[in-house]
Amino acid sequence: MKPLTNRSKTVSNKTMTLMERLYLPAIVKGMAITLRHFFKKKVTIRYPEETRPFSPIYRGLHVLKRDDTGAERCTACGLCAIACPAEAITMDAAERKPGEERLYREEKYASTYEINMLRCIFCGLCEEACPKEAIFLTDRILPSGTTRKSFIWGKDRLVETESNRIDISKRHFYYKDEK
Amino acid sequence: MVKITIDGIEIEVAAGTTILDAARQINPETAPPAMCFHSKLEGSGGKCRTCLVKVTKTSPSNPRPMPKLAPSCRTFVEDGMEVENNRSEEVLEARKGVVELLLINHPLDCPICDQAGECDLQNLAFEHGAETTDYQEERRRFPAKAIGDLIQLQMNRCILCFRCVYVADQLTDGRHHGVLGRGDSSEIGTYIEAAIDNDFSGNMIDVCPVGALTDRTFRFKSRVWFSKPMAAHRTCEKCCGNAVLWLKGNEILRVSGRRNDVGEVTEFICNTCRFDTKSLHLWEVEGPARISRDSVISQNHTPS
Repeated sequence: MKPLTNRSKTVSNKTMTLMERLYLPAIVKGMAITLRHFFKKKVTIRYPEETRPFSPIYRGLHVLKRDDTGAERCTACGLCAIACPAEAITMDAAERKPGEERLYREEKYASTYEINMLRCIFCGLCEEACPKEAIFLTDRILPSGTTRKSFIWGKDRLVETESNRIDISKRHFYYKDEK
Repeated sequence: MVKITIDGIEIEVAAGTTILDAARQINPETAPPAMCFHSKLEGSGGKCRTCLVKVTKTSPSNPRPMPKLAPSCRTFVEDGMEVENNRSEEVLEARKGVVELLLINHPLDCPICDQAGECDLQNLAFEHGAETTDYQEERRRFPAKAIGDLIQLQMNRCILCFRCVYVADQLTDGRHHGVLGRGDSSEIGTYIEAAIDNDFSGNMIDVCPVGALTDRTFRFKSRVWFSKPMAAHRTCEKCCGNAVLWLKGNEILRVSGRRNDVGEVTEFICNTCRFDTKSLHLWEVEGPARISRDSVISQNHTPS
């Protein structure tokens, strides 16, 4: 019968030769390969004690930035959510009340902001769409989890704390340079 | 009937038609943009200068071009008239200038503005505007003023198109707001602080080309592109009852009037329909409302 494609192979069921049947030569051959690898350079590193150098524009875990005074930059404009190809971002907006000027930079702010990390493909389009320089992808790696719920990151984990600022200056500089 | 040529396309229109109307009859998408003109409001137009066109030949008996660019919403057609719209470099250059002037005092707060996504000025600037401006002065700012529970006034965003004034004059009984002051200090206001509340006042929201007058009950609820516009109607004693519902799931976030191809509201609705009947069982839903394919609202939306 004529094969449908030229990639198909005919399976042969031929009997083994004497060398193959002896078994030991094949074992020695395999052990030689294993032994050779003892003296080669290791390809793995001892993470997390050791880390590999990251590119300045590595797209890891997101951060919602605060401005220099400590107010949240995000105004819940929704451009990251509409730019997101995986539809991972959802948010609700609220109006800033008098007296909250120190907390939020503009009249409107995100009362909830959630990223579903299981949907996120870390493409960085949210960062590109953001008109307020509020969301950035960083060189941190998303921690693993055991429940689906633990992968939905809200504002409590996304917004940087005032005491622990996330450095995005390299990445920032890269973008500014490009412009 | 008179014959007029716009950008080389000949069309026969009734005498007394404006150039803008004739251009819209050829193709609403290539017609000159208009910010202040609204076909349903008598006397509107002639203020914003976005619809400028070049009349290269006034008529066969008077083959000279018009000395200056003409506002197409207020210039009437003549038999044998020849007009250049998108073909003329001069017109495109003038339009760019007009956009720059309109944006001089307009704050760039689209991320906060509820109109963003369906804003005429945003679309105009996107299509015709320059990326930079030479203007360096401060933008004018106005203190926030309350004009009732239903309508939010953001005077900073106003481009003084006067459409809302015409709506109040021609649709409602008694106008309580107007343009106060002159020149740079002119602003929309009620002078003596008063709430605007009559049955058709909500239409001011729909005719406002920018985010100066927005729905207060919809304020910061959702961005327009996250809700689905559905055409619907209900029996109403006061108005036609034909409206567009902006849905998120089964919840009606807001109700607005229906718009035509050029984004003008064609049927005005009353405040009962707009603000008080935000429940799906009160409406007969017809199907998805028509949204321009270029609009951001058409994301995830199937127009009929």
